[in-house]
Amino acid sequence: MDVDFFVQQLVNGLTLGSVYALIALGYSMVYGILKLLNFAHGEVYMFGAFIGYFVLSALGGASSPSIPVAPLLVIMFLAAMLGAGLLGVVIERYAYRPLRNAPRIAPLISAIGVSFFLQASALLLFTAQFRTYDTPQLIPIDTTGRIDAGPLHISLTRILVIVSTIGLMIALTLLVSRTRLGKAMRAVSYDREAAAMMGIDPDKVIVATFFIGSALAGAAGVMFGLVFERVFHLMGFTAGLKGFTAAVIGGIGNIPGAMLGGLIIGLAESFSTGYISSTFQNLIVFGILIVILLVRPTGLLGSPVLKKV
Amino acid sequence: MSRIGSDDWVEQQELRSEYYTGFTGPARKAFDRVGPGPRFFAFLAICAIFPFFPTVADSDFLIRVGVNVLLFALLALGLNIVVGWAGLLDLGYVAFYGFGAYMYAWLSSSQFDVHLPTELVIPIVITASAGLGLLLGLPSWRLVGDYLAITTLFFAQIFVELMLNLDRLTPPWRDEPLDVTGGPNGIPGIDDMRIFTIDFEQTRDYYFLLLAIFAVVVVGLYYINESRTGRGWRASREDPLAAELMTTPVNRLKLLAFAMGAAVAGLTGSVFAAVQTGVFPQNFEVALLIMIYAALILGGAGSISGAVLGAIIIAAVPEILRTPENARYLFYGVLIASLLIVVRPWKRVAGIVAAAIVFGFAAHEIVALIWPDVVVGVEDGGLGGLLDSWVLVVDDHETLVNFAFVFLVAAVLILTQLRGESRMLLLIPTIYLAAFVWENRLVAEPSVTRQLLFGAILVAMMTKRPQGLLGTPRVENPI
Amino acid sequence: MAALLELKEVSKGFGGLQVIGHLDLTVDEGEIVSVIGPNGAGKTTLFNLVTGIYRPDDGDIVFGGQSIVGMEPHKIANLGIARTFQTLRLFLNMTVKENVMAATYGKTKARWWQSALRTPGSRREEKEVEKLAEERLAFFGKRLVGYRMEQPAYSLSYANRRRLEIARATGTGPRMLLLDEPAAGMNPVETHEITDLIARLRTEGGYTILVIEHDMHVVEGISDRVVALDHGVKIAEGSFEQVATDERVIEAYLGAKAVRDEAEEAGE
Repeated sequence: MDVDFFVQQLVNGLTLGSVYALIALGYSMVYGILKLLNFAHGEVYMFGAFIGYFVLSALGGASSPSIPVAPLLVIMFLAAMLGAGLLGVVIERYAYRPLRNAPRIAPLISAIGVSFFLQASALLLFTAQFRTYDTPQLIPIDTTGRIDAGPLHISLTRILVIVSTIGLMIALTLLVSRTRLGKAMRAVSYDREAAAMMGIDPDKVIVATFFIGSALAGAAGVMFGLVFERVFHLMGFTAGLKGFTAAVIGGIGNIPGAMLGGLIIGLAESFSTGYISSTFQNLIVFGILIVILLVRPTGLLGSPVLKKV
Repeated sequence: MSRIGSDDWVEQQELRSEYYTGFTGPARKAFDRVGPGPRFFAFLAICAIFPFFPTVADSDFLIRVGVNVLLFALLALGLNIVVGWAGLLDLGYVAFYGFGAYMYAWLSSSQFDVHLPTELVIPIVITASAGLGLLLGLPSWRLVGDYLAITTLFFAQIFVELMLNLDRLTPPWRDEPLDVTGGPNGIPGIDDMRIFTIDFEQTRDYYFLLLAIFAVVVVGLYYINESRTGRGWRASREDPLAAELMTTPVNRLKLLAFAMGAAVAGLTGSVFAAVQTGVFPQNFEVALLIMIYAALILGGAGSISGAVLGAIIIAAVPEILRTPENARYLFYGVLIASLLIVVRPWKRVAGIVAAAIVFGFAAHEIVALIWPDVVVGVEDGGLGGLLDSWVLVVDDHETLVNFAFVFLVAAVLILTQLRGESRMLLLIPTIYLAAFVWENRLVAEPSVTRQLLFGAILVAMMTKRPQGLLGTPRVENPI
Repeated sequence: MAALLELKEVSKGFGGLQVIGHLDLTVDEGEIVSVIGPNGAGKTTLFNLVTGIYRPDDGDIVFGGQSIVGMEPHKIANLGIARTFQTLRLFLNMTVKENVMAATYGKTKARWWQSALRTPGSRREEKEVEKLAEERLAFFGKRLVGYRMEQPAYSLSYANRRRLEIARATGTGPRMLLLDEPAAGMNPVETHEITDLIARLRTEGGYTILVIEHDMHVVEGISDRVVALDHGVKIAEGSFEQVATDERVIEAYLGAKAVRDEAEEAGE
C-alpha cells in the first residue's frame, strides 16, 4: 500500500473535515436551541468565503498584500466571521422569528426560500465567475511553508486550518460550559419557557446562537478558500448538505458530535475521492447519512430525546 | 351580546369580515361568503378556458407556454398531495419528475434502441415512479420534518449527479463503458408519443394530451381528498399520534402520499420528455424544485385550485420576464399591487406614488446635473419612454448597483418593522431604489430575477400569509 | 363477566426511572373502572401502554383474550380500544363531523382508486360513514349537531372539544373506552354532565370504560371499581369507599403527616 498516498488523503480529509465540522457546529447549535434546521446556513458559509476574498483583494490581493500575511489573515477571518454572523442574525430576525410558533413546516419552507434568495443574490452581486484566493502566492507552499516528515507532506495552510479549527472549537466549548451565555444557551435549548421564567431572554440567546454559529460558518468559508482556493456562488449548497450530514452523524444538538461528524465526512470524502473516484463522493456521503438515520438516528454521540405524550 | 341559541363564534366571524380593511377588503368579503364547494366549481369553470387556449394562441411559442403551464400545474398538484395534504416536506420531488422523463427516454428513444409502444411505457413509468416514491418515502417512517426534508433534498441532488455521471459506467460484465444517461448531454432524439393510433407530433397535440391528463388528475384528486384517504392524510397531518390511535395507519398513508405524488410527477415527466424530444440533467435541478414550491405555497398548499392558480402565476412569470418590455409591466405592476395591499388605508397609495414620482424626477435632475456623463436613458419603448427622465440608469457602475441592491433588501426588511408615518416616508425612496436596481440590473437578467423572486415569495408567504392565496388559514395544536 | 382487558405484571421504565412496576389490572366487560393517584403515578403511561404507544418492558397485556404487546397502535385501535387525551388532541382544522368520520378509517375499506372513480361501493360507504358520525355526535344532545358539524374543530368551546374527543373515540366502534381526565377544567355543571355522560356511555353505548380522574365526585359517581396507583404501583383497589379511606391512598395524596393527623383526630 502506498503510505504516502494514504497519508495525503488523511491530511486532506482532516482539512476538509475541519471545514465541515465548523459548518456542522452552526447547524447543531441552531437545532439544539430552536429545533430548526437552518437551510440557509450553507449560504452563510458561502458569503463568508466571499467576504474573505473581497477583504483580501481590497488589501492588495494574494500576490502583493499591503500588510503582512499574519494580520491579513486575521483581518480576513474576523471580517468574514463578523459579516457571516450578522447575516445569520438578520436571517433569524426576518425569516424565522415570525414563525416561532408556527408549525414546523413553515420555518423550513422559509429557510429554503432564504437559501435560494441568497444564492440568487450572490449570483447577482458576484456573477457566476469563480474567484480564487490564490493562496500559494500568499502563503508559500515551497520548502519554507510546509512540513515534510516521512510520509507526511502538509502545507502551512492546511496546518493553519486544522489548528484554528481546533482553537475555535475549544473556544466554543469553553463558551458553552463556562460562561453565563453558554448556560443560558443550554437552558433555552432544554426548555424555552422555563428559561424565560428564570429571567433569561430567549430572543437574545437565540440571536447570540445564530451569530456564533454563522460566524463559525464564515470562518469555515475563509478556510475553504484558503485551502481549495475557488469560491463561487453555489459552493454553499453542497457544503450545507454535507455539514448537515456531519451534524446528524455526530448527533444533532451536540457539539463534540459535530466535530466528530465533520471529521468522518471529511475523511470519507477524501478517501473516496482518492481511492474510488470523485464522481461518487456525494453518493457515499448520502449513503452514510441514510445508514446513520436508519440505524442510529440520534447520532453517534447524541442521546435519545424523551418526549412526554 | 349573543342571543340564546346563537353561536358566538359564528357571529364574531361575521363581524370580523365587516371590518376587512384595505384594498382587498371587498374582494375578501365576497370571497368569504362563497363556500368551499362553489369556490371549487368556480375554479373548474375557469379551467374551462384551457381547451380554447390553442385557438386563441397564434404562435407555437405561446402554445409551448400553455404546455409549460399545464406541466407546472400537474407538478404542483402532485406536490400538493405530499406537502399540502399529508404535510410532509419532500424536497426531492423534482427527482421523480426527472425519473419519469428519463424512464420514458430509456424506453422510447435511440439510447438503447428500445422503442416500446407508448401505451406500455406510460403505465411502466407511472408504476416505476410510484415505486421510487415508496422508496424515498420509507425514511419518512422514522424521520420527522426537518430530517426528511434534508434527506429528500440530498436525494434530489444525488439524482442529478447520477444522471450527469452515468454515461461512463463500466459494469463488471462488459468491456466497454455503458452510456446510461447520456451524461451532461442528456438523451436526445426521443420518440413522439403514439396512443391508440393517435400520433402526438406537434406541441399543440401535447397541449391537449396534457389537458386530458390534467382533467383526470384534478377530478381524481378532488374525490380522493373527500374520501377516507383524504381524511386519513389530513388527520395524519393534524396529529399523527391521535390519528394513529383513531385507527389511521399513518405510516402507510405517508407512503401512499409519496407514491402518488411521485406517480403524478413521473407521468408529467414522461410527457415533458416527449414534448422536448430530449432530456437533460439541467432540466431537473433544485431551481425547478423551488419554482414548484413557490407555486404551491403562493397558491395555497392543501387546495387543488390553489395549486393550479399558483402554477399558472409562477409559470407565467419567466415568460413575462423574457422581454424587457413585458418584464417592466410586471415589475411596476407588482410594485403598485404590493403597495395597495400593504399600505393602510389604501387610498394613501396615490399620495405615495406621487411623492415617489416627484422624488424620482428631482433625483434624476440633480444627478444629471452633477454627473452628466453617468446618466443614460432607458432604451426600450413602451413604459421605457415614460420612465426615461424618472429613473436613474447609470452606465458602467456595477459596484454601485450592487450596493444599491443590498440597501434595497435592507430597506425592505426595515419597512416590515415600521408603522405609520415613518413607514410612508421610507417607502418613497425605497420605491425609487427598487426601480433603480430593476432598470440597471434585474431587467436584463431574467433568470436571476426569477430566482430572487421565488425565494422571496417563499419567505414572504410563510411569514405573512402561510395559507397562500386560496388556502384556508390553519390553527395549530399548542403542543 | 369475562375480563376484557388484563394487565399482567406490566412494567415500564424510562431512562432509569421505573414508571410502572409489576402492575396487575383487570377490567371486566361492561365495567366502569377508575384509576386514581397523584401526579406522576403512571396513569397516563398506563393508557399509553394499553394503546400501544409504549411497549412494556415486562409483562403482558391481553385484550379480548389476545395479547396486544408489540402490536401497532392503529391495529390495537382496530381491535376495539379507543382513548381520549389529557391534553386535547383534536384534528383542529378538520370539521367536527370530519373528526368523527376520520376515526372510522379502520372500519372502512374504500381504497383510494375506488374513491377516485366514485364506485357505488365507495359512495355507499361514504354515506354510511357520514351517518355514523352524525349519530355519534347526536349522543351529546344538541351541542355538536346541526350547523356545528360543519364548523372547524378549533371553533368549539373547551367543554365541547372534550365532548368531541369522546365522540371521535366512539367513532372507531370500540369495545373499550379509555378516558383520560374527561372532567379536567370543567365547572361543576359540566362535571355533573360528564358523570351522566359516562354512565350513558355504558348503558346506551355498551362500552367498557377505564377512566383516569382527579375529581372525586366524578369517580364516586361512576365507578364500579377504583384502582389507586402511586409511583407506578397499585396501592389499593376496591369500591370507592374502600379506596378513599385506605391509609396508603391518603398518604399518597396528602402525605404521611396527614395520615397521622387523621389517626390522632380519630383517636381523640
